[in-house]
Amino acid sequence: MGIILEKLPGVTSALPGGELLLTTADTVIDWGRKSSVWPLTFGLACCAIEMMGAYASRFDFDRMGVIPRPSPRQADVMIVAGTVVKKMADPIIQIYHQMPEPRFVISMGSCANCGGPYWDSYSVVKGVDKIIPVDVYIAGCPPRPEALQYAVVKLQEKMMKMKLKNGFGAAPQQEKGSRDITA
Amino acid sequence: MTDTLHAPPPEDIKTDEMFINLGPQHPSTHGVLRVGLTISGEMITKAVPDVGYLHRGTEKLAEVRGYHHCVVLTDRWDYVAAMPNNLVFCLATEKLFNYQVPERAQYIRTIMCEMNRIASHLLFFGTYGIDIGAFTPFLYAFRERELVLDLFEQICGARLTYNYIRIGGVMVDVDDKWVAKCREFLEYFKPRLKEYETLLSYNPIFMDRTQTVGIISKEDAMTWGLSGPNLRGSGIDYDARKFEPYAAYDKVKFDVPLGKTGSCWDRYNCRVQEMYQSVSIVEQCFEQMKPGDFMAKGVAKVPKAPIGEAYAHVEGARGNLGIYLVSDGGQSPFRMHVRAPSFINLAILQESLVGKKVADVIAILGSIDIVLGEVDR
Repeated sequence: MGIILEKLPGVTSALPGGELLLTTADTVIDWGRKSSVWPLTFGLACCAIEMMGAYASRFDFDRMGVIPRPSPRQADVMIVAGTVVKKMADPIIQIYHQMPEPRFVISMGSCANCGGPYWDSYSVVKGVDKIIPVDVYIAGCPPRPEALQYAVVKLQEKMMKMKLKNGFGAAPQQEKGSRDITA
Repeated sequence: MTDTLHAPPPEDIKTDEMFINLGPQHPSTHGVLRVGLTISGEMITKAVPDVGYLHRGTEKLAEVRGYHHCVVLTDRWDYVAAMPNNLVFCLATEKLFNYQVPERAQYIRTIMCEMNRIASHLLFFGTYGIDIGAFTPFLYAFRERELVLDLFEQICGARLTYNYIRIGGVMVDVDDKWVAKCREFLEYFKPRLKEYETLLSYNPIFMDRTQTVGIISKEDAMTWGLSGPNLRGSGIDYDARKFEPYAAYDKVKFDVPLGKTGSCWDRYNCRVQEMYQSVSIVEQCFEQMKPGDFMAKGVAKVPKAPIGEAYAHVEGARGNLGIYLVSDGGQSPFRMHVRAPSFINLAILQESLVGKKVADVIAILGSIDIVLGEVDR
């Protein structure tokens, strides 16, 4: 416990009969949130194989508190791993709204960022950020599992900056006016 | 979980049919497949696969890309085994242009395709375990899969989308260091394969859940046009590597593993046995390979194909993968059509799922081993 508490802006001191921790509610909530980022198992295309690789033995996502959940209602973050095509856009928006607040989106790979190799295809949505707000983008085709893990580290940094007074739960990007077309 | 016959419900119980969606977001559909299931109690009365959730229009895109650029598109059909995809496009193009591929390049192509078959079947082994309810095989399979991907990364810099097999040969030559590392992997991998058989293949729970489930008869397999391990699982001896050899497959000796009854377990076992064969093929290639050119002479940077058409097919990890190219003399194909094995294998679901229990759906779907990138292209 000691190592984690050192990172909080609190004061710990040994008292007779226990320890005292001074901190803000924001920090405790954010610390809890970032320590258990549960993504939705939502593979679209090639990047999903690298996502599976990140969960598996060598890269071991579990050590960062990342445990895949099959249901959007239990998930915090949606990893859009692969090409978003027009037929899939509606289900993605639906799944996004099924996730509880605060929800985050990681756009994994060139296809989800901007269309990638399919920039001139008639059936591909040129970037998942055209339909749902995105928190972290990862470049690559497909990105390495380490890149996905780095994206989660960046997302954790973002989570630590969330404040209660800014509206509990809402992702910072959503407050500024998201491009969410159905909300 | 066995195939119990439809017993009519007792008179006093009122039943109704229900429609449920399997997918497009479902952890066990291996991508974004949607299957509309009509169920009556536990029994499935109708199953309609709905594809197109990953349709990226690559066949159309090929009409505006140059021949070299099309190889990049092929990587992303069957992204689990991309080397055979590269190869089949290059074979079709070489037929069109009449390029002669050097012998060393043929061997390198064979090695790469077989290594990729191992990687692909390992992924199947791991995810099929998860589908049935065993999580541990996934971790074991990925441990070995990462080693194969390391080898690919060392040779061409990519883990999944290689673009390694080029028109007229391969991107770079393999060096002794790589060969030594690959041999080391094969030695490490052989005992691991035996471990898998004790871990999953002959696990009583796994056998109970798969051996009597999803039986596809020889006739059905032929009628629905199955290919690859799905066809061989039903006991039909067809393998494009044997019957129409390409690359260096006519110079190596290997067996074609066959199933007996066509159950999910037979299809699964075919894939595991194929991994043994792949190891042996790669070893034979290393023995026979001689130094030489790895790229054909005179391959143009911007090739303009003569007017004509060409068809080439290979035995990919999922079945008989074919490409039909038509050229009108321009810098890009006039039309490219892909015979995608996953798409054709998938069609049998609408028949094989009917009359089965809901719990068996994932077991059957997993054993067909589809990749949605190839289904929708």
